[in-house]
Amino acid sequence: MKKEISIWDQKIIAQALIDSIKKLNPKTMLKNPVMFVVEVGAAFLTLKVLGNIFTGTNGNFGFEIQITLWLWFTVLFANFAEAMAEGRGKAQADTLRKAKTETNAKLLKKDGSTEIVSATKLRKDDVVLVEAGEFIPGDGEVIEGVASVDESAITGESAPVIRESGGDRSAVTGGTKVLSDWIKVRITSNPGETFIDRMIALVEGASRQKTPNEIALNILLAGLTIIFLLAVVTLQPFAIYSNAAQTIFVLISLLVCLIPTTIGGLLSAIGIAGMDRLVQHNVLAMSGRAVEAAGDVNTLLLDKTGTITLGNRQASEFIPLKGVDEKLLADAAQLSSLADETPEGRSIVILAKERYGLRGREVHELATHTEFVPFTANTRMSGINLDNREIRKGAVDAIEKYVANVNGYKPSPELREIVEKIAKAGGTPLVVADGRKPLGVIYLKDIVKGGMRERFKQLRQMGIKTVMITGDNPLTAASIAQEAGVDDFLAEAKPEDKMALIKREQAEGKLVAMTGDGTNDAPALAQADVGVAMNTGTQAAKEAGNMVDLDSDPTKLIEVVEIGKQLLMTRGALTTFSIANDVAKYFAIIPAMFAATFPVLNALNIMALKTPQSAILSAVIFNALVIIGLIPLALRGVKYRALSASSLLQRNLLIYGLGGIIAPFIGIKIIDVIITALGLA
Amino acid sequence: MTTSGIFQILLYLVVLTLLVKPMGVFMTKVYNGEKTFLDFIFKPIERLIYKLCRIDAAQEMNWKQYGAAMLIFSLVSTIALYFMQRWQFYLPLNPQGLSGVSADSSFNTAVSFVTNTNWQGYGGETTMSYFTQMAGLAIQNFKSAAVGMALAVVFIRGIARFETDNLGNFWVDMTRSILYILVPLSFLAAIFFVSQGMIQNFKPYDTAQTVEGIQQTIAQGPVASQVAIKMLGTNGGGFFNANAAHPFENPTPFSNFIQMLLIFIIPGGFTYMLGRMTKSAGHGWAVYGAMIFLFLVGTFTAYWAESKGNPLYPATVNQQVVGGNFEGKEVRFGVANSALFATITTDASCGAVNSMHDSFTPIGGLVPLTNIMLGEVIFGGVGAGMYGMLVMIILTVFIAGLMVGRTPEYLGKKIEAYDVQMAMLYALIFPLIILGLAAVSAIAPDFGLSSLNNQGAHGLSEILYAFTSGTGNNGSAFAGLNANTLWYNTTLGVAMLVGRFFMIIPMLAIAGNLARKKQIPPSLGTFPVNTPLFAALLVSIVIIVGALTFFPVLSLSPILEHFQMMSGQTF
Repeated sequence: MKKEISIWDQKIIAQALIDSIKKLNPKTMLKNPVMFVVEVGAAFLTLKVLGNIFTGTNGNFGFEIQITLWLWFTVLFANFAEAMAEGRGKAQADTLRKAKTETNAKLLKKDGSTEIVSATKLRKDDVVLVEAGEFIPGDGEVIEGVASVDESAITGESAPVIRESGGDRSAVTGGTKVLSDWIKVRITSNPGETFIDRMIALVEGASRQKTPNEIALNILLAGLTIIFLLAVVTLQPFAIYSNAAQTIFVLISLLVCLIPTTIGGLLSAIGIAGMDRLVQHNVLAMSGRAVEAAGDVNTLLLDKTGTITLGNRQASEFIPLKGVDEKLLADAAQLSSLADETPEGRSIVILAKERYGLRGREVHELATHTEFVPFTANTRMSGINLDNREIRKGAVDAIEKYVANVNGYKPSPELREIVEKIAKAGGTPLVVADGRKPLGVIYLKDIVKGGMRERFKQLRQMGIKTVMITGDNPLTAASIAQEAGVDDFLAEAKPEDKMALIKREQAEGKLVAMTGDGTNDAPALAQADVGVAMNTGTQAAKEAGNMVDLDSDPTKLIEVVEIGKQLLMTRGALTTFSIANDVAKYFAIIPAMFAATFPVLNALNIMALKTPQSAILSAVIFNALVIIGLIPLALRGVKYRALSASSLLQRNLLIYGLGGIIAPFIGIKIIDVIITALGLA
Repeated sequence: MTTSGIFQILLYLVVLTLLVKPMGVFMTKVYNGEKTFLDFIFKPIERLIYKLCRIDAAQEMNWKQYGAAMLIFSLVSTIALYFMQRWQFYLPLNPQGLSGVSADSSFNTAVSFVTNTNWQGYGGETTMSYFTQMAGLAIQNFKSAAVGMALAVVFIRGIARFETDNLGNFWVDMTRSILYILVPLSFLAAIFFVSQGMIQNFKPYDTAQTVEGIQQTIAQGPVASQVAIKMLGTNGGGFFNANAAHPFENPTPFSNFIQMLLIFIIPGGFTYMLGRMTKSAGHGWAVYGAMIFLFLVGTFTAYWAESKGNPLYPATVNQQVVGGNFEGKEVRFGVANSALFATITTDASCGAVNSMHDSFTPIGGLVPLTNIMLGEVIFGGVGAGMYGMLVMIILTVFIAGLMVGRTPEYLGKKIEAYDVQMAMLYALIFPLIILGLAAVSAIAPDFGLSSLNNQGAHGLSEILYAFTSGTGNNGSAFAGLNANTLWYNTTLGVAMLVGRFFMIIPMLAIAGNLARKKQIPPSLGTFPVNTPLFAALLVSIVIIVGALTFFPVLSLSPILEHFQMMSGQTF
């Protein structure tokens, strides 16, 4: 479930309007050098206008006051963009915070009795008892019991999940609800320091720090601002030389139009919105740096089970021996599995039903005397006894041993051949025998999730290598890897192997992303550049990673990478757009400045703007409005496509580069027509 | 424009392009210290130089050591050249008995030749002895060119190397630049020029009786040897005051063609070397393509403007008599070769001229001015153009690189805050000096404007051109401005120094920082730097960073003048 928040959410907009005024504080503005210059310019012109009023200087009052107001609007619009992004972050945080309603907890005392205390009073290492229908009072670890827990408050996923002591499913999150049974939970964090508390702070932007790329971009923008400041400051002497001295209103207008206000105004909003989009996908990032790194990832380590394949093996084929009817084999296989509650067993029943219309039967209808033979480590087979009929399924060695004991059965080369073929293809062969005679083999295989092949192909086009991590033997792993279309695999993987692989990739200069949930994943999660911990995972894993997926869906790693890329692309696209805009602004302002003295320069007024004043005003208004106009784009991000770098560049350059040159010509002309019609200039 | 004019321009393009690869391959060998076919002559000399100067050729330097060596070397050269001029009367090879050069002019010339600018405040034949010309100026032509080349090599090494502080040895790079590249090519070129009728002698000046009965002094001297390196090293300082317009300094259209080739051959070779050393030949060609595109736009704009001529003359004068604006142009070169030469000499920071840029039409004159304002990166000065373009590439990659959804990277290296900071500093110094000094000059009636021969838009162009030429280390003059005053001598000297050395320091810092970085293996997701699209992007960034800064002032100078001319206004 995605928690989409409308861009037009009234409450957020109202709050953002207030915040954008609060942000006018010069101390806050100083963080953004481009907009700070605009604010200083606006403040200076305000004083000038006021001065002119008091001294009664007969300037061009209407024009001057409009310019001054629009400069203030430019600053406010930039602040508004940032406030909007922060507001949306807060709104996301609030939905998370709802999970933190005031609850009471049953604190377990040493003597075994319980005491009702407020959840906020709980300290680290307190142990609480949570029973069906109660909320878990804080983050912690299950130390006793098993329970189904509703975690929809934080994940949005309505299906309950199982939490039990020991192993990798022991972590519980405060604010989630126990649906059945009971658990004893050891609290792992003090109030105000829970996982969610820290996450909320990050999403709200309170503890947001500029990412490395953002810092570099800020330097570029500040540099451009200084260069244009230089161009404008020195223009006045040249204008004086040419007997065409300009007013301070015109010069500051030119400056504001030339410096990269569009990207300067939207830069921090883009960053906040990037974190925000992750939250919409139910992924919480510990830092903006992690999101940026996600865009740069070269190698994805993906766990086979759950990410590439469905959780379990499934029967995919019945292969009879010569002379045996396939339907007969299917029937025997289904009978042997009727009582088998493992996913594999159920898949055999289902396959037989789908292929041969064999319905699952109630066993007592088939015979008077039925007996299930469960799987044991000793026999390594399972099956069913129906009156005198014995049906078994199991590994080939076990079955051969079983039939050989009875009627002098000789190992069949044909059976061996089938079994080997399946094993080579990465499947698991199960031999079925009826009445101590082998009938054939059930082909159990890993089922690759639908659509994964295409996704890996897309990733490859984007230059990202996928590596499948599995505990399977190399043969099986290779076969699945081929079927899924991953680039590489790591078979019989132990945690140390994973770690070694990450270090090897990083030594080649690559950035690695992985998911993990177990405590033994923690070192690798910490080593990886992007480590997404599953929310169902242990606390250690969550602490080690730099992102947490609340849905615990390992496939989401791919989306995380896409969001990272989208963030960077949005930044680049708006920077390009902002710089490209300057061309048109020159053609608006330069002729307007000098045409009064040199009418021949009207030849440069290719937009045929009405008067010099309307031209300058139009450029300033366009410059302010374009910030507002691009807020939705900054918040949503540019449209992401899985393409190679060349095609992406070509596409984005066409839209934001060429578009950035053309758009202001049209925009400024339209504004000029409107303000002239309204008699504003 | 005529078919023959266009053909000559295209012929130049083809010949240049054919030379780029062999030149680049040879230069790569030279700077990698590999075997070359010239080893049998120069290897012993090279070894001897190292032995005499006690240079350990295997000792590599980091960027700070390299920069320090370069600065010390340049300082010593400046001082030596200064005193050589001051004391030339006491030195040999002075058949005219020319006296010592004045202090301020000596300073200006020393700085000018050390910075590879070769702005000439003096007239060569009336000021400098043969000894000063050869042992001072011609030698310095080699040295300043070699310094520029060494610096470009450092930048390329910074890109090509990984996780190291070592960027090569300044003394080795410079020695090899001179021995293996500058000397052999200059030698061949000088021989060729002599075959075209260029003079090479130590005779005192001749006198001749003109048809009108006036006594004319005809200057002599070792011209060919100096002209070869003047073009090859993109120095541009002429032996004679008239520079490459003088018949002894550029006798035939053929010598003109070769001179133009000499200007671009080393900068062109650098583009191929960039691709070869970074193992991305396509990138080298993309950079070459970007340069060629900007070069052709300039050439054809200037050629178009010059062949249209001044509309205020009757069409018959423009078209039938001379085929365009012929004021200040040599008959043996014509409009096409004058426009081509003007574009080449300002694209590269050469500054030699075969026609008077001041006499070009406003748009024709806008081309040389803009070429320098773009930062001397369209081929540019030997070496200087390469590293200037590399800084532009860093900015291009940073601005556009994000659009592929990765943080910016260039040939396997992340471009980070420090690189951007230094690149912006580099980009900032250039307009700061030009606009700052020109602005002060434009409103100072006593010391700034008093030097002007023209008023209005053209006067502003002249001031602007002088500072642009100095800061860009071009050295060509728009003329019309008497720059031999205290104010202009001093400020132009500062402009030349800052425009050279203050820009080298941030550039070296980037090179040093890049060399330290880890390699990121290329993938399909990597920002492509070897495509025509990249070349187009690079062109846009060069134009945006350059032109957007200067467009306001240009609109008050050549652009205004153009529209005034078109509307029939005269001055």
